[in-house]
Amino acid sequence: MATQQGSAVPAGHEEYYVPESSGMAISATIGLLLSIYGAASVLNDMTFGEPGAETNSWTIFICGLFWFVATLFMWFRTAIRENRAGMNSAQLKKSYVLGMFWFIFSEVMFFFVFFSVLFYVRVLVGPWLAGEGEAGAMNHLLWPGFEFDWPTMQTPQEAVGGAAGQPIANHGEFFSPHTSMAFGEVEHWWHWLPMWNTVILLSSSVTVHIAHLGLLENNRGKLNLWLGITVALASVFLALQVLEYHEAYTLYGLTLNSGIYGSTFFMLTGFHGFHVAMGMTMLLVQWLRSIRGGHFTADDHFGFEASSWYWHFVDVVWVMLFLFVYIF
Amino acid sequence: MGEHHHGPAKGLKRWIFATNHKDIGTMYLWFSFAMFLLGGAFAMIIRAELFQPGLQLVEPGFFNQMTTMHGLIMVFGAIMPSFVGLANWMIPMMIGAPDMALPRMNNLSFWILPPTFLLLASTLFMEGGAPAFGWTFYAPLSTTYAPPSVTFFIFAVHLLGLSSIMGSINIVATVWNLRAPGMTWMKMPLFVWTWFITAYLLIAVMPVLAGAVTMMLMDIHFGTSFFSAAGGGDPVLFQHVFWFFGHPEVYIIILPAFGVVSQIIPTFARKPLFGYDSMVYATASIAFLSFIVWAHHMYTVGMPIAGELFFMYATLLIAVPTGVKVFNWITTMWRGAMTFETPMLFCIGFVVLFTLGGFTGVMLSMAPSDFQYHDSYFVVAHFHYVMVAGAVFSMTGAVYYWLPKWCGRMYSEPMGKIHFWISFVGFNLAFFPQHFVGLAGMPRRIPDYASQFADFNMLSSVGAFIYGGSQILFLYNVISTIVAGKPVSDDKVWEGAEGLEWTVATPAPFHTFAVPPRVK
Repeated sequence: MATQQGSAVPAGHEEYYVPESSGMAISATIGLLLSIYGAASVLNDMTFGEPGAETNSWTIFICGLFWFVATLFMWFRTAIRENRAGMNSAQLKKSYVLGMFWFIFSEVMFFFVFFSVLFYVRVLVGPWLAGEGEAGAMNHLLWPGFEFDWPTMQTPQEAVGGAAGQPIANHGEFFSPHTSMAFGEVEHWWHWLPMWNTVILLSSSVTVHIAHLGLLENNRGKLNLWLGITVALASVFLALQVLEYHEAYTLYGLTLNSGIYGSTFFMLTGFHGFHVAMGMTMLLVQWLRSIRGGHFTADDHFGFEASSWYWHFVDVVWVMLFLFVYIF
Repeated sequence: MGEHHHGPAKGLKRWIFATNHKDIGTMYLWFSFAMFLLGGAFAMIIRAELFQPGLQLVEPGFFNQMTTMHGLIMVFGAIMPSFVGLANWMIPMMIGAPDMALPRMNNLSFWILPPTFLLLASTLFMEGGAPAFGWTFYAPLSTTYAPPSVTFFIFAVHLLGLSSIMGSINIVATVWNLRAPGMTWMKMPLFVWTWFITAYLLIAVMPVLAGAVTMMLMDIHFGTSFFSAAGGGDPVLFQHVFWFFGHPEVYIIILPAFGVVSQIIPTFARKPLFGYDSMVYATASIAFLSFIVWAHHMYTVGMPIAGELFFMYATLLIAVPTGVKVFNWITTMWRGAMTFETPMLFCIGFVVLFTLGGFTGVMLSMAPSDFQYHDSYFVVAHFHYVMVAGAVFSMTGAVYYWLPKWCGRMYSEPMGKIHFWISFVGFNLAFFPQHFVGLAGMPRRIPDYASQFADFNMLSSVGAFIYGGSQILFLYNVISTIVAGKPVSDDKVWEGAEGLEWTVATPAPFHTFAVPPRVK
């Protein structure tokens, strides 16, 4: 489409911010495409490929991912430098705030799916598979002997004596765990990792808030100390989560192949853990910016604020997880 | 920041490094038109195979790949990006903003799309072929029985979602934050309103789609059992999750079209839009209702009767705000000083044909009768009346309407009118008979059919070829306008046009509204 030279702006008028053209988007696209192509190839090699065949899928994936992360690093560095150079108008800052807010809303919807799946399965699918109601009438024939309870300690497949006995084709074999993640014996409560994780994550929401107060009081030491503690708590949480997964696989027999209980458990806690790792990275970046660059002032600290909103969001998701995955 | 107010960069750099909303909008529009032709080519293969009963041109497996890719490319590659392109071009100009709120992210939203569709289209050449499970990709067809290319399809959907979410966040931030002084909420042009609400729908449901394909990915590669009853999951669960995305998705497609029609009809009726407030409230109501009607796509899966009733009544409710809209468009035309330029023809075509599609929608929404229509060609006829005669007609009208503003040149009116009449006749010839074959029992998504459906299918194929061919005329008209159209002398272009976008120079300068205009 034809365009023409923009007219000069009369002096003394408020001007909007319009950034220069930028190569960051196309660079991010290249990184994304390579990593996605690589990741899909890795998975297809694993599931459909010949065992032991030499492919370059991993190389493509790693290179793409590195490229993408490097681009994001440059992108955020540019955005931070622009702000520190005073280029951002109050209006643009508000656009960033709106952007972060609605991004978190989209993340809420992402978790909403998996929680909905959990409730749908627990409230409707399970009883139907066990033959309850009109919707379950046929399941007496398909899955005779299947009793539903939650956590599901016996899959319908196991109820009919394994994959050979099931009337419906599928490619999976599903082995139930011997022990679930639900709260066990009261006298061993201190062994129960989810409780410690809850304590840690809830405290970290408080510590990040104290760090924010320090920032508002222009107290740099308080900000650095409490933000550092928050990052440390986040890493302890992730370490405990890894420990929990290790226990699940080695001690409880709870795996991704454990039927719907294992599926929902790992999906919800896995994506939550991934978001904790993202949030921790964000907070770590803000911490480094504060201790090394002396960034942020009491009235201009969007990077810190956005990260702490994100952190409160993952905390709220954890509370939901704790209630509906571990307790009830 | 005076140094920013320069013209566009030279050559390819201008497009690849673009942060200008008009350039990005232009790229979206051209990209979506390319996808429209690609998806259209797949449709031509489908209609050629269905020209007569029996298997003659393609293998049934390939036929399934064609129906799948046709649907995916038209929905995600043609219609959605075309309206995003329109939003990019028009929203800043309509609300008196200099650009979109987050211009670099805007560029990323666009540039994700071409490689993603390259990835999706490349599945056609992969071992096992492209996805062949329909654009709705129901499990277990898309999990247990899927070709290996499904993994690439899944990641392509992730990327599309990423692009849509970033684009929507941008639109939300622009409309919230960049309205010119005096541009209050209830003065916003309806196209801006409909897109604002659409952006919220996208932010809310694209993550749901991402969740659905992620669960597929886990079931296929990591042994989970979300959609497998043997492990305690449920294939119907997939349909619930998919349609929780899918039903708002159809309004994501049609609401911007409503906005376009609400801009164009007042211009050529030379009357303000009738019932502006009610249009805004109707749009919001439709958006709200779209979240609580998803299971009307799955009446026949064996839902409890209470579910069937709830989804039936909720769905029927949608006819009310939609009826308000149709009423308002007609009342806007009532006693107007009407002229029938090409954009107006497409919009009147929209009102008539979309209403027909809406009526068949009401028929389909009734659970008892849906048991008869489900998965028949009646459904195909219904959604092509709303997708093609709805979304695509309004988009075509929008291009004719704003093209003179974009490039400063007038398209050929006779050629535009011929384009309209050929596509109107071709479209109806293609899809009207499908109502009858559907009611008579012809199922959708099959390459062969019983011989009693032969005559109507032949008519349908002829109509599809005519409609497809008319797009070449459209392409020719647009290109010849850009290259050699008669320059437009009046900035306003259309006598009856209202709105900020008509107050700027024609063609619209590279940067509009460096100084915010005052809206009275």
